[in-house]
Amino acid sequence: MRSVNAQINAIRKMKIVLLRVLCGISAAFTCALVLFLLVYIFAKGIPNLSWELLSTEPSYLSGTIGILPDILNTVYMIVATLVFVLPLGVGAAVYLTEYAQNKRIVAAIEYAAETLSGIPSIIYGLVGMLFFCQFLNMQTSLLAGALTLVIMNLPTVMRTTQESLKTVPQSYREGAFGLGAGKWRVIRTVVLPGCIDGVITGCILSVGRILGESAALLFTAGFAHALNGFLEGLGSAGATLTVSLYVYAKEQGEFGVAFAIAAILMILTLLVNLLAMLVGRWFKRRQKL
Amino acid sequence: MKKQKAFENFIHGIFLILGLITVGCVLLITLYLVVAGIPAIRKIGLKDFLFNPKWASTASEPSYGILPFILTSVYGTAGAILIDVPIGFLISVYLAKLAPAKIRTVVSGAVSLLAGIPSVVYGLVGMMVLVPGIRNLFHIPDGASLFAAIIVLAIMILPSIINVSITALEAVPKEYEDASLALGATPVETYFKVSVPAAKSGIAAAVVLGVGRAIGEAMAVMMVSGNAPNLPELFGSVRFLTTAMASEMSYSSGLQRQALFSIALVLFLFIMLINAALNFFLKRSKE
Repeated sequence: MRSVNAQINAIRKMKIVLLRVLCGISAAFTCALVLFLLVYIFAKGIPNLSWELLSTEPSYLSGTIGILPDILNTVYMIVATLVFVLPLGVGAAVYLTEYAQNKRIVAAIEYAAETLSGIPSIIYGLVGMLFFCQFLNMQTSLLAGALTLVIMNLPTVMRTTQESLKTVPQSYREGAFGLGAGKWRVIRTVVLPGCIDGVITGCILSVGRILGESAALLFTAGFAHALNGFLEGLGSAGATLTVSLYVYAKEQGEFGVAFAIAAILMILTLLVNLLAMLVGRWFKRRQKL
Repeated sequence: MKKQKAFENFIHGIFLILGLITVGCVLLITLYLVVAGIPAIRKIGLKDFLFNPKWASTASEPSYGILPFILTSVYGTAGAILIDVPIGFLISVYLAKLAPAKIRTVVSGAVSLLAGIPSVVYGLVGMMVLVPGIRNLFHIPDGASLFAAIIVLAIMILPSIINVSITALEAVPKEYEDASLALGATPVETYFKVSVPAAKSGIAAAVVLGVGRAIGEAMAVMMVSGNAPNLPELFGSVRFLTTAMASEMSYSSGLQRQALFSIALVLFLFIMLINAALNFFLKRSKE
Protein backbone atom coordinates (compact mmCIF):
# COMPACT_ATOMS: atom_id res chain seq x y z
CA MET A 1 0.00 0.00 0.00
CA ARG A 2 2.71 2.42 0.92
CA SER A 3 4.72 1.70 -2.17
CA VAL A 4 1.66 2.46 -4.36
CA ASN A 5 1.24 5.75 -2.56
CA ALA A 6 4.91 6.53 -3.00
CA GLN A 7 4.63 5.74 -6.68
CA ILE A 8 1.63 8.05 -7.07
CA ASN A 9 3.50 10.73 -5.21
CA ALA A 10 6.52 10.33 -7.45
CA ILE A 11 4.36 10.63 -10.58
CA ARG A 12 2.66 13.65 -9.10
CA LYS A 13 5.97 15.31 -8.37
CA MET A 14 7.24 14.53 -11.85
CA LYS A 15 4.16 16.11 -13.39
CA ILE A 16 4.60 19.24 -11.33
CA VAL A 17 8.25 19.58 -12.24
CA LEU A 18 7.47 18.91 -15.89
CA LEU A 19 4.77 21.61 -16.01
CA ARG A 20 7.08 24.11 -14.32
CA VAL A 21 9.86 23.33 -16.77
CA LEU A 22 7.52 23.64 -19.76
CA CYS A 23 6.31 27.01 -18.47
CA GLY A 24 9.87 28.18 -18.04
CA ILE A 25 10.85 27.00 -21.52
CA SER A 26 7.92 28.82 -23.16
CA ALA A 27 8.74 32.04 -21.34
CA ALA A 28 12.45 31.75 -22.13
CA PHE A 29 11.61 31.04 -25.77
CA THR A 30 9.57 34.24 -26.04
CA CYS A 31 12.31 36.32 -24.44
CA ALA A 32 14.92 34.74 -26.71
CA LEU A 33 12.76 35.55 -29.72
CA VAL A 34 12.43 39.20 -28.74
CA LEU A 35 16.14 39.41 -28.04
CA PHE A 36 16.94 37.87 -31.42
CA LEU A 37 14.64 40.33 -33.22
CA LEU A 38 16.21 43.30 -31.44
CA VAL A 39 19.80 42.22 -32.00
CA TYR A 40 19.23 41.15 -35.60
CA ILE A 41 17.42 44.32 -36.64
CA PHE A 42 19.87 46.64 -34.89
CA ALA A 43 22.88 44.74 -36.26
CA LYS A 44 21.52 44.94 -39.81
CA GLY A 45 19.95 48.38 -39.55
CA ILE A 46 22.22 50.64 -37.55
CA PRO A 47 25.24 50.37 -39.90
CA ASN A 48 22.95 51.62 -42.67
CA LEU A 49 21.75 54.62 -40.70
CA SER A 50 23.50 57.80 -41.67
CA TRP A 51 22.83 61.47 -41.29
CA GLU A 52 22.53 61.69 -45.05
CA LEU A 53 19.80 59.03 -45.10
CA LEU A 54 17.87 60.76 -42.34
CA SER A 55 18.13 64.29 -43.67
CA THR A 56 17.56 64.06 -47.42
CA GLU A 57 14.89 63.10 -49.87
CA PRO A 58 15.33 60.39 -52.52
CA SER A 59 16.99 61.73 -55.64
CA TYR A 60 16.94 60.09 -59.04
CA LEU A 61 19.67 62.46 -60.24
CA SER A 62 22.28 61.32 -57.77
CA GLY A 63 20.69 57.91 -57.22
CA THR A 64 20.62 58.36 -53.46
CA ILE A 65 17.85 57.43 -51.04
CA GLY A 66 16.78 59.61 -48.13
CA ILE A 67 13.94 59.05 -45.73
CA LEU A 68 13.34 62.57 -44.42
CA PRO A 69 9.98 62.81 -46.26
CA ASP A 70 8.88 59.51 -44.76
CA ILE A 71 9.80 60.65 -41.25
CA LEU A 72 7.90 63.90 -41.73
CA ASN A 73 4.90 62.08 -43.20
CA THR A 74 4.80 59.83 -40.15
CA VAL A 75 4.82 62.86 -37.86
CA TYR A 76 2.08 64.57 -39.91
CA MET A 77 0.05 61.39 -39.86
CA ILE A 78 0.30 61.09 -36.08
CA VAL A 79 -0.59 64.77 -35.51
CA ALA A 80 -3.51 64.76 -37.94
CA THR A 81 -4.95 61.51 -36.59
CA LEU A 82 -4.72 62.59 -32.95
CA VAL A 83 -6.29 65.99 -33.68
CA PHE A 84 -9.41 64.25 -34.95
CA VAL A 85 -9.52 61.13 -32.82
CA LEU A 86 -9.08 62.78 -29.39
CA PRO A 87 -12.23 64.94 -29.37
CA LEU A 88 -14.27 62.15 -30.96
CA GLY A 89 -13.07 59.43 -28.60
CA VAL A 90 -13.26 61.57 -25.45
CA GLY A 91 -16.69 62.85 -26.46
CA ALA A 92 -18.00 59.34 -26.99
CA ALA A 93 -16.60 58.21 -23.63
CA VAL A 94 -18.12 61.22 -21.83
CA TYR A 95 -21.46 60.48 -23.45
CA LEU A 96 -21.34 56.84 -22.33
CA THR A 97 -20.35 57.50 -18.71
CA GLU A 98 -22.09 60.83 -18.03
CA TYR A 99 -25.13 61.17 -20.24
CA ALA A 100 -26.35 57.87 -21.63
CA GLN A 101 -29.43 56.48 -19.93
CA ASN A 102 -30.93 54.44 -22.72
CA LYS A 103 -29.40 50.99 -22.35
CA ARG A 104 -29.94 50.15 -26.00
CA ILE A 105 -27.91 53.12 -27.20
CA VAL A 106 -25.10 52.23 -24.79
CA ALA A 107 -25.13 48.62 -25.96
CA ALA A 108 -25.12 49.73 -29.61
CA ILE A 109 -22.16 52.07 -29.09
CA GLU A 110 -20.16 49.50 -27.15
CA TYR A 111 -20.90 46.80 -29.68
CA ALA A 112 -19.84 49.15 -32.47
CA ALA A 113 -16.57 49.94 -30.68
CA GLU A 114 -15.83 46.24 -30.23
CA THR A 115 -16.59 45.58 -33.87
CA LEU A 116 -14.30 48.41 -34.96
CA SER A 117 -11.41 47.05 -32.93
CA GLY A 118 -11.81 43.64 -34.58
CA ILE A 119 -11.85 44.80 -38.20
CA PRO A 120 -8.52 44.13 -39.98
CA SER A 121 -6.57 47.14 -41.18
CA ILE A 122 -6.66 46.08 -44.83
CA ILE A 123 -10.47 46.47 -44.75
CA TYR A 124 -10.07 49.93 -43.23
CA GLY A 125 -7.73 50.71 -46.07
CA LEU A 126 -10.23 49.57 -48.66
CA VAL A 127 -13.20 51.44 -47.17
CA GLY A 128 -11.00 54.48 -46.58
CA MET A 129 -10.04 54.43 -50.25
CA LEU A 130 -13.68 54.10 -51.37
CA PHE A 131 -15.08 56.68 -48.95
CA PHE A 132 -12.42 59.31 -48.30
CA CYS A 133 -10.35 59.13 -51.48
CA GLN A 134 -13.10 58.51 -54.01
CA PHE A 135 -16.48 59.51 -52.55
CA LEU A 136 -15.24 62.60 -50.69
CA ASN A 137 -12.77 63.23 -53.49
CA MET A 138 -9.70 63.67 -51.28
CA GLN A 139 -7.59 61.59 -53.69
CA THR A 140 -4.75 59.54 -52.28
CA SER A 141 -3.55 61.84 -49.52
CA LEU A 142 -2.19 61.90 -46.00
CA LEU A 143 -5.47 63.43 -44.84
CA ALA A 144 -7.47 60.49 -46.24
CA GLY A 145 -5.02 58.13 -44.53
CA ALA A 146 -5.28 60.01 -41.25
CA LEU A 147 -9.09 59.94 -41.33
CA THR A 148 -8.98 56.19 -41.95
CA LEU A 149 -6.72 55.81 -38.93
CA VAL A 150 -9.10 57.98 -36.89
CA ILE A 151 -11.83 55.33 -37.31
CA MET A 152 -9.30 52.62 -36.42
CA ASN A 153 -8.10 54.31 -33.24
CA LEU A 154 -11.47 55.58 -32.08
CA PRO A 155 -12.25 52.50 -29.91
CA THR A 156 -8.82 52.67 -28.23
CA VAL A 157 -9.15 56.32 -27.14
CA MET A 158 -12.76 55.76 -26.18
CA ARG A 159 -11.94 52.79 -23.97
CA THR A 160 -8.96 54.32 -22.14
CA THR A 161 -10.94 57.52 -21.49
CA GLN A 162 -13.91 55.51 -20.23
CA GLU A 163 -11.67 53.59 -17.85
CA SER A 164 -10.26 56.77 -16.34
CA LEU A 165 -13.69 58.42 -16.11
CA LYS A 166 -14.82 55.51 -13.98
CA THR A 167 -12.13 56.42 -11.41
CA VAL A 168 -13.50 59.95 -10.92
CA PRO A 169 -15.37 59.60 -7.61
CA GLN A 170 -19.13 60.06 -7.85
CA SER A 171 -18.95 62.37 -4.81
CA TYR A 172 -16.98 64.95 -6.81
CA ARG A 173 -19.81 65.17 -9.32
CA GLU A 174 -22.43 65.29 -6.58
CA GLY A 175 -20.46 67.98 -4.79
CA ALA A 176 -20.35 70.11 -7.91
CA PHE A 177 -24.05 69.57 -8.59
CA GLY A 178 -24.79 70.44 -4.97
CA LEU A 179 -23.00 73.76 -5.38
CA GLY A 180 -25.42 74.53 -8.18
CA ALA A 181 -23.32 73.75 -11.25
CA GLY A 182 -25.10 72.69 -14.44
CA LYS A 183 -24.27 69.41 -16.12
CA TRP A 184 -21.91 70.93 -18.70
CA ARG A 185 -20.08 72.87 -16.02
CA VAL A 186 -19.62 69.71 -13.98
CA ILE A 187 -18.24 67.92 -17.01
CA ARG A 188 -15.95 70.79 -17.92
CA THR A 189 -14.56 71.42 -14.45
CA VAL A 190 -14.75 68.02 -12.72
CA VAL A 191 -15.10 65.18 -15.21
CA LEU A 192 -12.79 66.24 -18.06
CA PRO A 193 -9.79 67.09 -15.84
CA GLY A 194 -10.26 63.67 -14.25
CA CYS A 195 -9.91 61.79 -17.52
CA ILE A 196 -6.54 63.23 -18.50
CA ASP A 197 -4.84 59.93 -17.54
CA GLY A 198 -7.00 58.01 -19.97
CA VAL A 199 -6.48 60.53 -22.75
CA ILE A 200 -2.70 60.35 -22.38
CA THR A 201 -2.74 56.54 -22.31
CA GLY A 202 -5.02 56.53 -25.36
CA CYS A 203 -2.63 58.91 -27.15
CA ILE A 204 0.37 56.68 -26.48
CA LEU A 205 -1.43 53.54 -27.64
CA SER A 206 -2.67 55.33 -30.76
CA VAL A 207 0.79 56.63 -31.60
CA GLY A 208 2.09 53.07 -31.35
CA ARG A 209 -0.58 51.82 -33.70
CA ILE A 210 -0.12 54.65 -36.20
CA LEU A 211 3.64 54.06 -36.25
CA GLY A 212 3.08 50.39 -37.06
CA GLU A 213 0.22 50.72 -39.49
CA SER A 214 0.80 49.95 -43.14
CA ALA A 215 -2.06 48.00 -44.72
CA ALA A 216 -4.63 50.73 -44.06
CA LEU A 217 -2.35 53.40 -45.51
CA LEU A 218 -1.19 51.71 -48.69
CA PHE A 219 -4.29 52.67 -50.69
CA THR A 220 -5.35 55.77 -48.75
CA ALA A 221 -2.10 57.70 -48.27
CA GLY A 222 -0.10 56.11 -51.08
CA PHE A 223 3.66 55.80 -51.34
CA ALA A 224 5.12 59.07 -52.61
CA HIS A 225 8.35 60.41 -51.13
CA ALA A 226 7.98 64.15 -51.78
CA LEU A 227 9.21 66.63 -49.18
CA ASN A 228 6.25 68.75 -48.01
CA GLY A 229 5.22 71.15 -45.27
CA PHE A 230 2.40 70.13 -42.92
CA LEU A 231 -0.68 71.54 -44.68
CA GLU A 232 0.71 70.90 -48.13
CA GLY A 233 1.63 67.38 -47.02
CA LEU A 234 -1.86 66.59 -45.78
CA GLY A 235 -3.27 67.24 -49.23
CA SER A 236 -0.76 65.12 -51.12
CA ALA A 237 0.14 61.46 -51.18
CA GLY A 238 2.97 60.31 -48.95
CA ALA A 239 4.45 57.16 -47.45
CA THR A 240 4.95 56.79 -43.71
CA LEU A 241 8.01 54.92 -42.42
CA THR A 242 6.25 51.55 -42.38
CA VAL A 243 4.86 51.91 -45.89
CA SER A 244 8.22 52.97 -47.26
CA LEU A 245 9.88 50.03 -45.49
CA TYR A 246 7.48 47.78 -47.38
CA VAL A 247 8.12 49.49 -50.70
CA TYR A 248 11.91 49.49 -50.30
CA ALA A 249 12.00 45.83 -49.22
CA LYS A 250 9.39 44.25 -51.44
CA GLU A 251 9.29 46.33 -54.62
CA GLN A 252 12.75 47.87 -54.87
CA GLY A 253 14.99 45.34 -53.12
CA GLU A 254 16.76 48.10 -51.16
CA PHE A 255 17.29 45.97 -48.08
CA GLY A 256 19.87 48.26 -46.46
CA VAL A 257 17.39 51.13 -46.39
CA ALA A 258 14.61 48.78 -45.27
CA PHE A 259 16.68 47.57 -42.32
CA ALA A 260 17.65 51.13 -41.42
CA ILE A 261 13.93 52.03 -41.29
CA ALA A 262 13.22 48.86 -39.34
CA ALA A 263 15.86 49.89 -36.77
CA ILE A 264 14.25 53.33 -36.44
CA LEU A 265 10.83 51.73 -36.03
CA MET A 266 12.18 49.37 -33.36
CA ILE A 267 13.68 52.28 -31.42
CA LEU A 268 10.38 54.15 -31.63
CA THR A 269 8.42 51.04 -30.58
CA LEU A 270 10.73 50.60 -27.59
CA LEU A 271 10.24 54.25 -26.65
CA VAL A 272 6.45 54.03 -26.96
CA ASN A 273 6.37 50.87 -24.83
CA LEU A 274 8.64 52.40 -22.20
CA LEU A 275 6.55 55.55 -22.09
CA ALA A 276 3.32 53.54 -21.77
CA MET A 277 4.82 51.57 -18.89
CA LEU A 278 6.14 54.63 -17.04
CA VAL A 279 2.93 56.60 -17.51
CA GLY A 280 0.86 53.61 -16.38
CA ARG A 281 2.92 53.25 -13.20
CA TRP A 282 2.81 56.96 -12.48
CA PHE A 283 -0.97 57.10 -12.84
CA LYS A 284 -1.41 54.08 -10.61
CA ARG A 285 0.72 55.62 -7.91
CA ARG A 286 -1.19 58.91 -8.14
CA GLN A 287 -4.51 57.13 -7.83
CA LYS A 288 -3.41 55.50 -4.62
CA LEU A 289 -2.67 58.86 -3.00
CA MET B 1 -33.31 79.39 -16.54
CA LYS B 2 -34.93 78.38 -19.82
CA LYS B 3 -31.87 79.50 -21.71
CA GLN B 4 -29.70 77.41 -19.41
CA LYS B 5 -31.86 74.34 -20.10
CA ALA B 6 -31.70 74.83 -23.86
CA PHE B 7 -27.93 75.14 -23.61
CA GLU B 8 -27.65 71.93 -21.60
CA ASN B 9 -29.82 70.11 -24.13
CA PHE B 10 -27.61 71.41 -26.91
CA ILE B 11 -24.48 70.07 -25.18
CA HIS B 12 -26.24 66.77 -24.55
CA GLY B 13 -27.04 66.58 -28.26
CA ILE B 14 -23.41 67.18 -29.21
CA PHE B 15 -22.19 64.39 -26.93
CA LEU B 16 -24.90 62.08 -28.25
CA ILE B 17 -23.65 62.68 -31.79
CA LEU B 18 -20.05 62.05 -30.72
CA GLY B 19 -21.18 58.82 -29.08
CA LEU B 20 -23.05 57.68 -32.15
CA ILE B 21 -20.08 58.26 -34.47
CA THR B 22 -18.72 54.78 -33.72
CA VAL B 23 -22.06 53.26 -34.71
CA GLY B 24 -22.02 55.40 -37.83
CA CYS B 25 -18.54 54.17 -38.73
CA VAL B 26 -19.56 50.53 -38.43
CA LEU B 27 -22.65 51.16 -40.56
CA LEU B 28 -20.56 53.03 -43.11
CA ILE B 29 -18.02 50.22 -43.37
CA THR B 30 -20.71 47.54 -43.66
CA LEU B 31 -22.65 49.55 -46.24
CA TYR B 32 -19.59 50.22 -48.38
CA LEU B 33 -18.44 46.62 -48.31
CA VAL B 34 -21.87 45.29 -49.21
CA VAL B 35 -22.50 47.83 -51.96
CA ALA B 36 -19.02 47.41 -53.43
CA GLY B 37 -18.87 43.66 -52.93
CA ILE B 38 -22.20 42.44 -54.25
CA PRO B 39 -21.95 43.36 -57.99
CA ALA B 40 -19.00 41.09 -58.77
CA ILE B 41 -20.54 38.18 -56.85
CA ARG B 42 -23.72 38.59 -58.88
CA LYS B 43 -21.82 38.68 -62.14
CA ILE B 44 -19.56 35.74 -61.33
CA GLY B 45 -22.17 33.73 -59.43
CA LEU B 46 -21.86 33.03 -55.71
CA LYS B 47 -21.06 29.34 -56.14
CA ASP B 48 -18.42 29.91 -58.79
CA PHE B 49 -16.88 32.76 -56.77
CA LEU B 50 -16.60 30.80 -53.52
CA PHE B 51 -15.85 27.30 -54.77
CA ASN B 52 -14.00 27.62 -58.07
CA PRO B 53 -10.39 26.70 -57.31
CA LYS B 54 -8.95 28.87 -60.09
CA TRP B 55 -8.07 32.56 -59.77
CA ALA B 56 -6.81 34.03 -63.02
CA SER B 57 -7.90 37.64 -62.95
CA THR B 58 -5.63 38.89 -65.71
CA ALA B 59 -6.01 35.97 -68.13
CA SER B 60 -7.73 36.52 -71.48
CA GLU B 61 -10.57 34.38 -70.18
CA PRO B 62 -10.50 35.45 -66.56
CA SER B 63 -11.59 33.13 -63.79
CA TYR B 64 -12.51 34.48 -60.39
CA GLY B 65 -12.58 31.63 -57.89
CA ILE B 66 -11.43 32.52 -54.39
CA LEU B 67 -11.42 29.01 -52.94
CA PRO B 68 -7.57 29.01 -52.79
CA PHE B 69 -7.58 32.24 -50.77
CA ILE B 70 -10.26 31.04 -48.37
CA LEU B 71 -8.49 27.72 -47.78
CA THR B 72 -5.10 29.41 -47.40
CA SER B 73 -6.49 31.86 -44.83
CA VAL B 74 -8.17 29.04 -42.91
CA TYR B 75 -5.11 26.76 -42.98
CA GLY B 76 -2.69 29.58 -42.18
CA THR B 77 -4.78 30.71 -39.23
CA ALA B 78 -5.28 27.16 -37.98
CA GLY B 79 -1.54 26.48 -38.20
CA ALA B 80 -0.63 29.63 -36.28
CA ILE B 81 -3.23 28.86 -33.61
CA LEU B 82 -2.01 25.26 -33.25
CA ILE B 83 1.49 26.55 -32.54
CA ASP B 84 0.32 29.30 -30.22
CA VAL B 85 -2.24 27.57 -28.03
CA PRO B 86 0.21 25.42 -26.04
CA ILE B 87 2.92 28.10 -25.85
CA GLY B 88 0.51 30.92 -25.04
CA PHE B 89 -1.31 28.81 -22.48
CA LEU B 90 1.86 27.88 -20.61
CA ILE B 91 3.23 31.42 -20.66
CA SER B 92 -0.05 32.88 -19.41
CA VAL B 93 -0.27 30.48 -16.47
CA TYR B 94 3.38 31.14 -15.72
CA LEU B 95 3.05 34.92 -15.83
CA ALA B 96 -0.32 35.13 -14.08
CA LYS B 97 0.43 32.70 -11.27
CA LEU B 98 3.88 31.17 -11.03
CA ALA B 99 6.56 33.65 -12.05
CA PRO B 100 8.50 35.69 -9.49
CA ALA B 101 7.84 39.45 -9.81
CA LYS B 102 11.15 40.26 -11.52
CA ILE B 103 10.84 37.58 -14.16
CA ARG B 104 7.25 38.60 -14.74
CA THR B 105 8.28 42.19 -15.44
CA VAL B 106 10.90 41.07 -17.95
CA VAL B 107 8.75 38.53 -19.77
CA SER B 108 5.65 40.73 -19.94
CA GLY B 109 7.86 43.55 -21.20
CA ALA B 110 9.07 41.23 -23.94
CA VAL B 111 5.50 40.22 -24.79
CA SER B 112 4.28 43.80 -25.07
CA LEU B 113 7.27 44.67 -27.25
CA LEU B 114 6.34 41.74 -29.47
CA ALA B 115 2.84 43.23 -29.72
CA GLY B 116 4.19 46.64 -30.66
CA ILE B 117 6.57 45.67 -33.45
CA PRO B 118 5.09 46.82 -36.80
CA SER B 119 3.94 44.02 -39.08
CA VAL B 120 6.23 45.14 -41.92
CA VAL B 121 9.21 44.62 -39.63
CA TYR B 122 8.07 41.05 -39.02
CA GLY B 123 7.66 40.73 -42.77
CA LEU B 124 11.18 42.01 -43.40
CA VAL B 125 12.81 39.69 -40.88
CA GLY B 126 10.71 36.82 -42.22
CA MET B 127 11.85 37.61 -45.76
CA MET B 128 15.51 37.75 -44.82
CA VAL B 129 15.77 34.99 -42.19
CA LEU B 130 12.81 32.65 -42.37
CA VAL B 131 12.39 32.32 -46.13
CA PRO B 132 16.04 31.45 -46.91
CA GLY B 133 16.13 29.28 -43.78
CA ILE B 134 13.17 27.22 -44.95
CA ARG B 135 14.63 26.95 -48.44
CA ASN B 136 17.90 25.53 -47.13
CA LEU B 137 16.40 23.36 -44.42
CA PHE B 138 13.82 21.61 -46.57
CA HIS B 139 15.68 21.83 -49.90
CA ILE B 140 12.89 23.50 -51.82
CA PRO B 141 13.37 26.04 -54.63
CA ASP B 142 11.66 28.91 -52.80
CA GLY B 143 11.13 29.29 -49.07
CA ALA B 144 8.32 31.85 -49.45
CA SER B 145 5.48 29.57 -48.47
CA LEU B 146 2.45 28.89 -46.30
CA PHE B 147 4.83 27.47 -43.68
CA ALA B 148 6.76 30.75 -43.43
CA ALA B 149 3.49 32.67 -43.15
CA ILE B 150 2.26 30.36 -40.38
CA ILE B 151 5.39 30.97 -38.31
CA VAL B 152 5.24 34.75 -38.77
CA LEU B 153 1.53 34.76 -37.87
CA ALA B 154 2.17 32.58 -34.83
CA ILE B 155 4.71 35.10 -33.51
CA MET B 156 2.49 38.07 -34.28
CA ILE B 157 -0.67 36.83 -32.56
CA LEU B 158 1.08 35.35 -29.52
CA PRO B 159 0.88 38.60 -27.48
CA SER B 160 -2.89 38.96 -27.97
CA ILE B 161 -3.47 35.40 -26.81
CA ILE B 162 -1.19 35.81 -23.79
CA ASN B 163 -2.63 39.15 -22.67
CA VAL B 164 -6.27 38.08 -22.77
CA SER B 165 -5.52 34.74 -21.08
CA ILE B 166 -3.62 36.48 -18.28
CA THR B 167 -6.54 38.82 -17.66
CA ALA B 168 -8.87 35.81 -17.46
CA LEU B 169 -6.56 33.90 -15.11
CA GLU B 170 -6.09 36.88 -12.82
CA ALA B 171 -9.87 37.25 -12.51
CA VAL B 172 -10.27 33.78 -10.98
CA PRO B 173 -11.55 34.26 -7.39
CA LYS B 174 -8.83 33.67 -4.86
CA GLU B 175 -11.16 31.52 -2.74
CA TYR B 176 -11.12 28.78 -5.39
CA GLU B 177 -7.35 28.57 -5.25
CA ASP B 178 -7.23 28.82 -1.47
CA ALA B 179 -9.72 25.97 -1.15
CA SER B 180 -7.67 23.76 -3.43
CA LEU B 181 -4.45 24.61 -1.59
CA ALA B 182 -6.10 23.88 1.75
CA LEU B 183 -7.11 20.44 0.48
CA GLY B 184 -3.46 19.65 -0.07
CA ALA B 185 -2.94 20.33 -3.77
CA THR B 186 0.37 21.96 -4.62
CA PRO B 187 0.36 25.46 -6.18
CA VAL B 188 1.18 24.13 -9.66
CA GLU B 189 -1.63 21.58 -9.47
CA THR B 190 -4.01 24.24 -8.20
CA TYR B 191 -3.23 26.63 -11.03
CA PHE B 192 -3.58 24.00 -13.77
CA LYS B 193 -6.53 22.07 -12.34
CA VAL B 194 -8.54 24.82 -10.65
CA SER B 195 -7.61 28.23 -12.03
CA VAL B 196 -7.41 27.17 -15.68
CA PRO B 197 -10.84 25.45 -15.80
CA ALA B 198 -12.31 28.46 -13.97
CA ALA B 199 -10.85 30.78 -16.60
CA LYS B 200 -11.66 28.62 -19.60
CA SER B 201 -14.14 30.99 -21.24
CA GLY B 202 -11.61 33.81 -21.04
CA ILE B 203 -8.90 31.59 -22.50
CA ALA B 204 -11.28 30.56 -25.30
CA ALA B 205 -11.89 34.26 -25.96
CA ALA B 206 -8.11 34.75 -26.19
CA VAL B 207 -7.84 32.04 -28.83
CA VAL B 208 -10.74 33.48 -30.82
CA LEU B 209 -9.12 36.92 -30.67
CA GLY B 210 -5.95 35.34 -32.02
CA VAL B 211 -7.92 33.80 -34.89
CA GLY B 212 -9.31 37.24 -35.75
CA ARG B 213 -5.85 38.83 -35.70
CA ALA B 214 -4.35 36.07 -37.83
CA ILE B 215 -7.03 36.06 -40.50
CA GLY B 216 -6.84 39.85 -40.86
CA GLU B 217 -3.06 40.23 -41.08
CA ALA B 218 -1.92 41.39 -44.49
CA MET B 219 1.50 43.01 -44.84
CA ALA B 220 3.74 40.58 -42.98
CA VAL B 221 2.08 37.63 -44.69
CA MET B 222 2.39 39.28 -48.09
CA MET B 223 6.16 39.54 -47.64
CA VAL B 224 6.75 35.87 -46.81
CA SER B 225 4.03 33.79 -48.49
CA GLY B 226 5.11 33.95 -52.13
CA ASN B 227 1.78 35.34 -53.32
CA ALA B 228 0.84 32.83 -56.06
CA PRO B 229 -2.90 31.99 -56.16
CA ASN B 230 -2.41 28.25 -55.63
CA LEU B 231 -4.45 25.88 -53.54
CA PRO B 232 -2.66 25.75 -50.18
CA GLU B 233 0.33 23.49 -49.74
CA LEU B 234 2.56 23.71 -46.69
CA PHE B 235 5.69 24.44 -48.72
CA GLY B 236 3.99 26.04 -51.71
CA SER B 237 3.63 29.69 -52.63
CA VAL B 238 0.18 30.84 -51.50
CA ARG B 239 -2.08 33.87 -51.35
CA PHE B 240 -4.36 34.80 -48.44
CA LEU B 241 -7.71 36.64 -48.55
CA THR B 242 -5.97 39.76 -47.26
CA THR B 243 -3.02 39.59 -49.61
CA ALA B 244 -5.26 38.87 -52.60
CA MET B 245 -6.77 42.31 -52.11
CA ALA B 246 -3.53 44.08 -51.35
CA SER B 247 -1.52 42.63 -54.19
CA GLU B 248 -3.88 43.48 -57.08
CA MET B 249 -5.64 46.60 -55.85
CA SER B 250 -3.14 49.07 -57.25
CA TYR B 251 -3.45 48.00 -60.89
CA SER B 252 -6.92 46.43 -61.04
CA SER B 253 -9.93 47.70 -62.95
CA GLY B 254 -13.44 46.66 -63.97
CA LEU B 255 -14.69 43.26 -62.86
CA GLN B 256 -11.28 42.35 -61.41
CA ARG B 257 -11.46 45.35 -59.07
CA GLN B 258 -15.04 44.56 -58.12
CA ALA B 259 -14.03 40.98 -57.37
CA LEU B 260 -11.38 42.33 -54.96
CA PHE B 261 -14.13 44.22 -53.13
CA SER B 262 -16.10 40.98 -52.96
CA ILE B 263 -13.09 39.31 -51.33
CA ALA B 264 -13.16 42.10 -48.75
CA LEU B 265 -16.83 41.35 -48.12
CA VAL B 266 -16.05 37.65 -47.59
CA LEU B 267 -13.23 38.54 -45.18
CA PHE B 268 -15.56 40.95 -43.37
CA LEU B 269 -18.16 38.20 -42.92
CA PHE B 270 -15.47 35.93 -41.47
CA ILE B 271 -14.46 38.68 -39.04
CA MET B 272 -18.07 39.33 -37.99
CA LEU B 273 -18.50 35.63 -37.23
CA ILE B 274 -15.30 35.64 -35.19
CA ASN B 275 -16.43 38.79 -33.34
CA ALA B 276 -19.72 37.12 -32.47
CA ALA B 277 -17.83 34.11 -31.07
CA LEU B 278 -15.52 36.44 -29.16
CA ASN B 279 -18.46 38.29 -27.60
CA PHE B 280 -20.06 34.98 -26.66
CA PHE B 281 -16.97 33.81 -24.78
CA LEU B 282 -16.29 37.18 -23.17
CA LYS B 283 -19.85 37.40 -21.89
CA ARG B 284 -19.65 33.88 -20.50
CA SER B 285 -16.34 34.55 -18.78
CA LYS B 286 -17.86 37.62 -17.08
CA GLU B 287 -20.64 35.47 -15.64
